[in-house]
Amino acid sequence: MSTLTVPPQVPSVAEDCEQLRKAFGGWGTNEGLIISVLAHRNADQRKLIRQTYAETYGEDLLKVLDKELSNDFERVVLLWTLEPAERDAYLANEATKKWTSSNQVLMEIASTRSSRQLLLARQAYHVRFKRSIEEDVAYHTTGDFRKLLLPLVSSYRYEGDEVNMNLAKSEAKILHEKISQKAYNHDDLIRVLATRSKAQINATLNHYKNEFGNDMNKDLKRDPKDEYLALLRATVKCLTCPERYFEKVLRLAINKRGTDEGALSRVVTTRAEVDMKIIKDQYQKRNSVPLECAIDKDTGGDYEKMLLALVGHGDA
Amino acid sequence: MALEDELQAVTKALSGIGIDENLLISALGKWNPVERKSFRKETSQFFLKDDRHFERWDDQQVKLLKREFLRFKNAMVLWTMHPWERDARLAKEALRDGPQSYGIIIEIACTRSSEELLGARRAYHSLFDHSIEEDLAYHINGSDRKLLVGLVSSYRYEGPRVNVETAQIESQTLHTAIKNAHKKKPKEDEDVVRILATRSKAHLKTIFNIYKETYGHNIHDELEVDSRLEEAVLCLGNPVTYFSKALDEALKSGSDENTKEALTRVTVTRCDYDIKEIKEEYNRHFGVPLCKSIEDKTHGNYKHFLLTLLARGD
Repeated sequence: MSTLTVPPQVPSVAEDCEQLRKAFGGWGTNEGLIISVLAHRNADQRKLIRQTYAETYGEDLLKVLDKELSNDFERVVLLWTLEPAERDAYLANEATKKWTSSNQVLMEIASTRSSRQLLLARQAYHVRFKRSIEEDVAYHTTGDFRKLLLPLVSSYRYEGDEVNMNLAKSEAKILHEKISQKAYNHDDLIRVLATRSKAQINATLNHYKNEFGNDMNKDLKRDPKDEYLALLRATVKCLTCPERYFEKVLRLAINKRGTDEGALSRVVTTRAEVDMKIIKDQYQKRNSVPLECAIDKDTGGDYEKMLLALVGHGDA
Repeated sequence: MALEDELQAVTKALSGIGIDENLLISALGKWNPVERKSFRKETSQFFLKDDRHFERWDDQQVKLLKREFLRFKNAMVLWTMHPWERDARLAKEALRDGPQSYGIIIEIACTRSSEELLGARRAYHSLFDHSIEEDLAYHINGSDRKLLVGLVSSYRYEGPRVNVETAQIESQTLHTAIKNAHKKKPKEDEDVVRILATRSKAHLKTIFNIYKETYGHNIHDELEVDSRLEEAVLCLGNPVTYFSKALDEALKSGSDENTKEALTRVTVTRCDYDIKEIKEEYNRHFGVPLCKSIEDKTHGNYKHFLLTLLARGD
């Protein structure tokens, strides 16, 4: 469920563009005005604003935002203003250029988006970067990480609810076998996670628990320091209970010394229009404080205001 | 026509690719019981002498005949199908048939455009309630799996932009893998699969050109050790040559059913794309116009249908 709040009477696109123009004009920038417009428009509305702004003032809104804003606030506003598919492409491309800790971002995009959304992201990637997402992921990752990430990012999963219980049983057995043998990068283990439909994976994992006593992720915790295993566990979470995955990312981002604004901005902008409400509930449950309070304590200024607006704090 | 000649003509009409329906009607249609008995006694190709003193149709031959009679119907159905459904069904059938048909999966994955392959994947969802990659990954074991799953999962960039330095490095990577084929199968090499399964076609063509300039040979000529890779490389870099070869193989006498099926498949799937170039390449390479080969080696409605499709390219 979305936490985005849009005013009941939305101003016309022309008015919105005018307001933004005003916000940029003169000395300094009126960040509050920018937030009051952009943070309360949905993806279609923002797309229209960008188009109209370019037509009216001859400038790309994103370029203007880049010029006028800075630091964490700029990043969160830019991410938010991009269309979901462009945003995913941008985040993925950024992730391929960084070190291994950003493998998580690639996995996150590949596993939490629907088949259609992932496809749109791949199309947007072609347009923007003149390469395919999979060739960049393949090129910039190695070993076990590539073995896992490449098929994840190339998947086009069946999205139906049909489940084959016999298959769930046999694949739970295969998973258990490979995990017991510590063959965590085994082709069959990766095959199941990277190609089966989410419904089928759910059924398989349920069967795993019924048959072998533990959640599969518990059995994957054998070596807490192993980064690959951590990625594998995160993949499973993303495929089966994304709100719990995102809650954890937020929690770690906020609790980290100095705050991980990158992760915070990423989760808030990518989930605000999708399932942020459920993530907030999960956060409250797990941490006994509302997400807004944690954000308020941990961040400040316009950056904080933008985040709070996106997670549904205050009025439109 | 004397009976002798007629018997021969009928035998011919029932052999080869497709069935000469008209000849059968005009010849068989007027045979009396005596003439039909001669047919049975003298055509050991189709009839066996039974111990109880009668001539029996050879079951195997009836099966083969059934296939030949169905060739026209199959061509019709394939021709009228939506290209997405067509590719999805062809892939599924190839998977069911086993390794001897996996080349068809490579053909579909590598010769279709990114959008066409995507469409096929969508249709596969609808038709079979699974994704094509999960079925391939599940049913294919061994060294073919990585390559086939990788190829079928690709959603290649389709523009012209190419990074020449990267292409040079990757040409070298491929060359090294080929030279080390005795130590490790190239199709099991992660980088080989990565390059073939993810790079854009423009980039791959650049790699193949650099390969030829640097090492003096076409890369697909050096891949005789690995027929899957050879097919993939040909389909990606030079599909017209691939299709022309497939047609030639299909028309050779003694070819098996899988090989023969390429005749319908290639003609139907390439008819509105590059059949003209394929015809030119066939003529150039084999010294005979494709239409003539088809005229000589196929029969009946099936033949006329193929020739009609091929004429569209003109």
